[in-house]
Amino acid sequence: MEPLTRVEGLVAPLDRSNVDTDAIIPKQFLKSIHRTGFGPNLFDEWRYLDEGQPGQDCSDRPLNTDFVLNQPRYQGATILLARENFGCGSSREHAPWALADFGFRVLIAPSFADIFYNNCSKNGILPVALPVETVQSLFEATWAHEGYRLSVDLPGQVVMTPEGERHAFEIDPHRKHMLVEGLDEIGLTLEHADEIRAYEQQRRQVTPWLFTDVEPV
Amino acid sequence: MAGKTLYDKLWDAHVVRDNGDGTALLYIDRQLVHEVTSPQAFEGLRLADRPLWRVAANLAVVDHNVPTTGRADGIADPISALQVETLNRNCREYGVTQFGLLDRRQGIVHIIGPEQGATQPGMTVVCGDSHTSTHGALGALAFGIGTSEVEHALATQTVVQARSKRMLIRVDGQAGPGVTAKDIMLAIIGRIGTAGGTGYAVEYGGEAIRALPMSGRMTICNMSIEAGARCGMVGVDDTTIEYLRGRPYAPSEEMWDQAEAYWRTLVSDEDAEFDRVVTLDAAEIKPQVSWGTSPEMVVAVDGVVPDPADEPDETRRAGMQRALDYMGLEPGTPIREIRPEKVFIGSCTNSRIEDLRAAARVLRGKRIAKGIREAMVVPGSGLVKWQAEQEGLDQVFKEAGFEWRDAGCSMCLGMNPDRLSPGERCASTSNRNFEGRQGAGGRTHLVSPEMAAAVAVAGHFVDVRELEH
Ligand code: SF4
Repeated sequence: MEPLTRVEGLVAPLDRSNVDTDAIIPKQFLKSIHRTGFGPNLFDEWRYLDEGQPGQDCSDRPLNTDFVLNQPRYQGATILLARENFGCGSSREHAPWALADFGFRVLIAPSFADIFYNNCSKNGILPVALPVETVQSLFEATWAHEGYRLSVDLPGQVVMTPEGERHAFEIDPHRKHMLVEGLDEIGLTLEHADEIRAYEQQRRQVTPWLFTDVEPV
Repeated sequence: MAGKTLYDKLWDAHVVRDNGDGTALLYIDRQLVHEVTSPQAFEGLRLADRPLWRVAANLAVVDHNVPTTGRADGIADPISALQVETLNRNCREYGVTQFGLLDRRQGIVHIIGPEQGATQPGMTVVCGDSHTSTHGALGALAFGIGTSEVEHALATQTVVQARSKRMLIRVDGQAGPGVTAKDIMLAIIGRIGTAGGTGYAVEYGGEAIRALPMSGRMTICNMSIEAGARCGMVGVDDTTIEYLRGRPYAPSEEMWDQAEAYWRTLVSDEDAEFDRVVTLDAAEIKPQVSWGTSPEMVVAVDGVVPDPADEPDETRRAGMQRALDYMGLEPGTPIREIRPEKVFIGSCTNSRIEDLRAAARVLRGKRIAKGIREAMVVPGSGLVKWQAEQEGLDQVFKEAGFEWRDAGCSMCLGMNPDRLSPGERCASTSNRNFEGRQGAGGRTHLVSPEMAAAVAVAGHFVDVRELEH
């Protein structure tokens, strides 16, 4: 995973609450067996006027020009501004894959759904939760100023506006460490393989039936 | 010191190590695997040349992509077929037990886990699917994970987790006739909202929950995620234990007594403290129908479509308006005047044998109304289907004009050919009414199996309690 420390970039405002992962990446694209290539289908049903199919070339599909990500002023955005409960619904990791593939590295919203939040940080995307009023003020600034940019400093845990405001945010130390270093979590866990084995051994004594193998009956 | 909640007991029993940064390495007893969220995980393992930690802790099944008719001929859609074939290949290569497309035990992953006794009280259960919360009904700690975590669990038999806060949702009293587990859960979501459970592990308790059979408890726990909670659970009691007896993967006879004694401890202590307690009175809950594009947008069947003008919060008001536009509904319309064209009985929320029996009870001797273009029953597993056929339920459905399909996720998400066309309105026993969930432009109303059967007969929503059956 690519390390993420500081992101300075253009902001795109998605003014909807409860954006679910079905909307972020519709089901037909979940048939892929790969991790990449989801970017063109991010928000597919909102972005295009026709119904998208997997494997299709999206470059000549009819665009919904009203949709915010299709507006010229937001092209190249790397920071997505959203409303509460962003990423609710299905656990599909295809949602952060699509956001990352499209180019987003930071998401800012008042709140995120749990599984989605987790999935983001495993894919080099930083979800930043800020108070509702702060998010509202960022929406207003983004709408008001074309080319509005923010700077997000993960080690310092702060979002900085061009006006010089600093909005601190919370992130648990584990997630921060993984993101900043771009670490492989499985590799880290396997450093504790002995502890996993010791745990299993002790559990085999107490609850032996849990170690009955699932085999074809 | 206060006692422990069920969640605390399950959590404490599975901590391999405290990472010292607010997270812990949690041991996973059972991982369920399906074709949609696993290919990239196996690909990752292969690239890093990592083996599975404990092969036999995993059970795989194909469910999301599979056709519900004409299975013997294979899968027509080549992209779906490739994904199913990829799971077959991964399971063969890594030695994971899989119920394939033509296996009688095949079905929706959250139906077959409990049905096989493969998910049990006291276990940690994960699956790359948010409705893994279903298995919490057995007194397990069960939650959905993303594909990176699927890979992590396959390779290490653990996941890295932060402890959740604890919420108790207590449903007191007795639910009236015609009021099901689905109605109770929709009422809960209507009350606390789709983000109400975010950050919490939810335990369901109270007289009305205790009175539910396992199928109803699974319906409740299943939709915990629609309330924002990753996991939902119900403490172990006689109902739980009787349910498990004799299931293929349940503990053997020699270990049964020991297992049962342990399971009996899997309840919250009397003096356990929760971070939040929500109480509802079951007697006040009526059959529910969702009107919008989020599971919290729900009202009682005798209600009307709400008016965004009455909502003070601006963002919420805009959300309601969007939902009404999408659903093609006007504020103030009585729910009873809404006329779906399709009816779907199925999904991991409501496709167990008890659900089919309940729907069949309403349908017996009746026909679907003229305006209903398609009505479909998709049993949760091949075994549910078989059981229903033994009881003659398939005949009741077919005589009423329903299609009787093979098991799978089907129109719950429409990854297979079963889906809604733009503008089509559907009464569905599934769990999500998001835009496009059942097909691009499709309009979903979430209801119980009884209510779905009732609307099929009437052609518009009706209060199932007023139907004679
Ligand atoms: S039935 Fe629906 S909700 Fe359940 S696992 Fe399948 S797609 Fe997901």
